[in-house]
Amino acid sequence: MSWLLVYPILIPVMTAVLCYLFRNTVAGRWISVAGTTALLLASLMLMSEVLDQGVLAAQMSNWDAPFGITLAADLLGGVMVVITAITGLATVIYSLSEIPERLERLGFHALLQTLLMGVCGAFLTGDLFNLYVWFEVMLISSFGLLVLGGTREQLDGGIKYVLLNLISTIMFLSGIGLLYGLTGTLNMADLHLAVRGVENTGLLTTIAVMFMVAFGVKAALFPLFFWLPASYHTPPVAVSAIFAGLLTKVGVYALIRMFTLVFDQDVGFTHTLLLWLAVVTMVTGVLGAAAMNDFRRILSFHIISQIGYMVLGLALYTPLGLMGAVFYLVHHIIVKANLFFVAGVAKRIAGSTDLARIGGLYAHAPLLAFLFLIPAFSLAGFPPLSGFWAKYVVVKAALDLEMWFVAGVSLAVGLLTIFSMTKIWGAAFWPAHPDGIKPRLSDLPVGDRVALMLPIVALAALTCIIGLFPEPFVQFAERAAGQLLDPTDYVTTVLGVQP
Amino acid sequence: MELLLAITLGILVSTSVYLMLDRNVLRFLFGLVLLSNAVNLLIFAGGRLTAGAPPLIAPGEYAPTGVVANALPQALVLTAIVIGFGLLAFTLALVYRTFMTLGTVNSDEMRIAEPMDDKDPGTGKPGPGRADPQHPATGQEAGL
Repeated sequence: MSWLLVYPILIPVMTAVLCYLFRNTVAGRWISVAGTTALLLASLMLMSEVLDQGVLAAQMSNWDAPFGITLAADLLGGVMVVITAITGLATVIYSLSEIPERLERLGFHALLQTLLMGVCGAFLTGDLFNLYVWFEVMLISSFGLLVLGGTREQLDGGIKYVLLNLISTIMFLSGIGLLYGLTGTLNMADLHLAVRGVENTGLLTTIAVMFMVAFGVKAALFPLFFWLPASYHTPPVAVSAIFAGLLTKVGVYALIRMFTLVFDQDVGFTHTLLLWLAVVTMVTGVLGAAAMNDFRRILSFHIISQIGYMVLGLALYTPLGLMGAVFYLVHHIIVKANLFFVAGVAKRIAGSTDLARIGGLYAHAPLLAFLFLIPAFSLAGFPPLSGFWAKYVVVKAALDLEMWFVAGVSLAVGLLTIFSMTKIWGAAFWPAHPDGIKPRLSDLPVGDRVALMLPIVALAALTCIIGLFPEPFVQFAERAAGQLLDPTDYVTTVLGVQP
Repeated sequence: MELLLAITLGILVSTSVYLMLDRNVLRFLFGLVLLSNAVNLLIFAGGRLTAGAPPLIAPGEYAPTGVVANALPQALVLTAIVIGFGLLAFTLALVYRTFMTLGTVNSDEMRIAEPMDDKDPGTGKPGPGRADPQHPATGQEAGL
């Protein structure tokens, strides 16, 4: 068994314990930084091992699959853990400046590390019930982070977030119960084989739709997304950023995993449903963004619209489509977290995220303006940034299937994305500040400036690197999509036998 | 036995849906409690109801002998109960804290994070509180 699969879960949980013990001292936050750095190193080691040897699997307590809990990493799982660690590290560094000591004493870093553990666990598990447990770990720590501090807005948004997400987990759990009753197994690789022997295909499709609803709530698909714009703009920016980057993407990952590995029986129904949900999600999200007047609320609606592209890639269910979905997942996590970080700096130096109350950022903080443009253009899909390639692959996949309407809508949504980005640019960056304030980065203390700008610069650089040298990333996504469409390698590695 | 369980499940789910349609957040939460219990029963029934001995393996043997009950659903239900208990305790505390801070448990009046004014039409849904004459008194100004 490979210890590399355990480290991404073990490191955050140990860091969380230490962070909690030292939460009243300065040591707590530096333990958090060190722990997340260790997580990044461990995830890179895991990734190189997966690239080297193909799918990795480890049976917990040496209970052989399908009886015990399996941890498994294919290329998609591996890259998601790496990107989780990168986003986690960026958030921890950002929160050194952004999170006040009062919240640190309440256990902010411990909750953040537990969140990372839950996310990594969800990406690495090969067992459906275990996935439910990781979802819950992730949920309870996100509940804590969301309402930490307890302002009126946070509690109001928190209630909606908590209640709607609880419905989703209950839906997920009942799907698990029914699937177990139908197949007698919960190991995902074993399910891949077991569903082929199921005679009652109608019930199987019903269960598939239950999973679609459960993960659809997590991923913020239309019409299940209402918890997201209600809550994501209320917590501290560091929390918003990591939520925006990671949480919905865990839902998308779970959709991709289940609807390639297990529910590939009735593609004509399930994936067509996903296709139209994806199209409507894109359109609703971007229209919602166009109607908003707050930096973070515009960005929250953009998450929804971008989720549409990823699910579209899955729904097309071609090698190119899935490749686009994988590429899009990675690109979007980087870009979205970065945009929230920029919004946080804008709030810090200009005083608000309400677009009517800020301004002057271009004149007085040109560096921030430049660093806003990189992720903003990338999100909208301008060449040569990462978003261009992500959109290009997904749209190409749709065109290859001669789905002109779908391809046309996704291009139009890109145009509307630019519209709402110009709205932010035209209100926050271009005109003078309504109160006559001159928002300068140099007014911030040096330590704060480093902690706030370092993650933004690093993530923007990553966006540019993916955009300018897409070849290795595209090849990687192609291999990952190949593994998803033909999971023989995954199944044999997990079960240790030929199917 | 399966039929009895199915009927119980149906009653539990319909009761919880009725409760969750209420605007009172506390009632919604009670609906969730019922629903999570219904799902626990569902998992239990999914593992087949067999009247068998406890699944214990005699010393020196590798497999239990005779008809034994399926232990896995029980383990799953136990995990789900523990997790559900923790989550619901948290949510109850959250609802209480929200009541103390916002002074209401009516979901229509919870518009602080998404205030309804002209430049900001909320989620894009027609707000249910829009026609409510009491709405202006719910402190949307305070949330700005």
